[in-house]
Amino acid sequence: MTATTATVEADRGHRPIGRALWARLWPMTAALVIALTLWQLVAWSGFRPDYVLPDPLAVGKDLADRLGGTELWHAIGTTMRRAAVGFTLSILVGTLVGLAVVKSRVLRTAVGSLITGLQTMPSIAWFPLAILLFQLSEQAILFVVVLGAAPSIANGLISGIDDLSPQLLRAARVLGAKGVSLYTSVVMPAALPAYLAGLKQGWAFAWRSLMAGELLVVIANRPALGTDLHFAREFSDAPRLIATMIVILVIGMIVDGIFATIANGVRRRRGLGALPL
Amino acid sequence: MTTLTAARTAIRVRGLIKSFGHGRGHTVALGGLDLDVAEGQFLCLLGRSGCGKSTLLNVLAQLDEPTAGSVDLGGRKVAMMFQDATLFPWLTAGGNIALALRLAGVPRSQRSARVAELLELAHLGGLQQKRPHELSGGMRQRVALVRALAQDASVLLMDEPFGALDAMTRDVLHDELERIWRERRLTVVFVTHNVREAVRLGDRVLLMAPSPGRVDAELDVDVPRPRRIDSPEVGERARRLTDQLQAQGSMT
Repeated sequence: MTATTATVEADRGHRPIGRALWARLWPMTAALVIALTLWQLVAWSGFRPDYVLPDPLAVGKDLADRLGGTELWHAIGTTMRRAAVGFTLSILVGTLVGLAVVKSRVLRTAVGSLITGLQTMPSIAWFPLAILLFQLSEQAILFVVVLGAAPSIANGLISGIDDLSPQLLRAARVLGAKGVSLYTSVVMPAALPAYLAGLKQGWAFAWRSLMAGELLVVIANRPALGTDLHFAREFSDAPRLIATMIVILVIGMIVDGIFATIANGVRRRRGLGALPL
Repeated sequence: MTTLTAARTAIRVRGLIKSFGHGRGHTVALGGLDLDVAEGQFLCLLGRSGCGKSTLLNVLAQLDEPTAGSVDLGGRKVAMMFQDATLFPWLTAGGNIALALRLAGVPRSQRSARVAELLELAHLGGLQQKRPHELSGGMRQRVALVRALAQDASVLLMDEPFGALDAMTRDVLHDELERIWRERRLTVVFVTHNVREAVRLGDRVLLMAPSPGRVDAELDVDVPRPRRIDSPEVGERARRLTDQLQAQGSMT
């Protein structure tokens, strides 16, 4: 008995950091190694000259150099500030639109399917109009980021509230929840998992829109990740181009991972999706 | 009848009609129902599915509007329990009860003491921090009962609350419910399709019949408490009610 308890405790102290981390890391590491190997093989095959398709080592060297300097961090700073402002505004707009659609039957009929339509519309299609409206400016980028992300956030909230179990709603009403208290104490908490899924998807759209925006809307003397792609292509600097792409990919994955961790925590606490498939 | 005139009436229903839908597709769930429930009485509504038991409960809980007729609760507060515990999955057991207290207007400073006290009442002391999905069906229903009591209502409506539980858990919860009903002098309206359960718990059992929903027969359960669900007295009355239920079936 004591031996079993000791093992369980040892496991608890040991597993989350050591073995569990390794269990998650080795498949990623393996996938990365395979991808790099394939890339190296293609580079060696002479499929394209190496000033067009550099090998992983050249890109890695470029990335390491720039991570040591200040310009890349400056670009990341600008891009992340835009992402933060755009995403915050998207949350605000998406949440308000979502709540309005839920509350009003007329509004739902009027814009319900439009929201889904906007979601499927490629954000890059908005840029010509955005540039006409706002010229090559921060506002043009912000405009398209919000149009890209807000529909997903609104849709997440709407589906979360629509899927609220009628039984829970009845229980809430019997407990005396109505009006604002019904929303704050029951409807919004119940809709939280779907809302978080909407935020996660909204982030993906915001990030895509932002990169498209930074490629098209190049503002002088303001380095940003998308702008960096633009200039790398202009100067046919393939290692720099691919290194920047990697930075964009990694940032997107990190933020997505943060959302996934929060969403999974919420689901687990409610006893949802706890079983491994 | 004598008990009715002696005690005050907690629930008075007159000519209650409830229909759903319009035109040809419409159904009459309750067709002109009269009902008096004395204060402190444990009333069981018994009947097969579709006889309007749950509809009546929903109207009493003001979850549904009556189509016609009147319902008078004399301003009494109503709490309700369902077959499904309907605990809020994002809150702990204690959190569910605290929310009920908050919605009932209990000030924040008193809530945690009241939560502990209420959990103790149903012998749930150690489960305050548990989430609903970590509890067994019986435990969930206990928490739901405590959450209903937290509203400090004098009328407790129960819609087949133990229908999904195993027999042993149900027996224990019958005892608990009976004890709490006595201690708190509650008026209980308890819907069930289990004949023995109705006789085990009720002071009075109303047998309901479908299309349209109405009261078909009535039984004052003159078996002294504490009762056992497997006692011959309960069994004998249950048999009489079952016979009546079956007679209903042969008519339709």
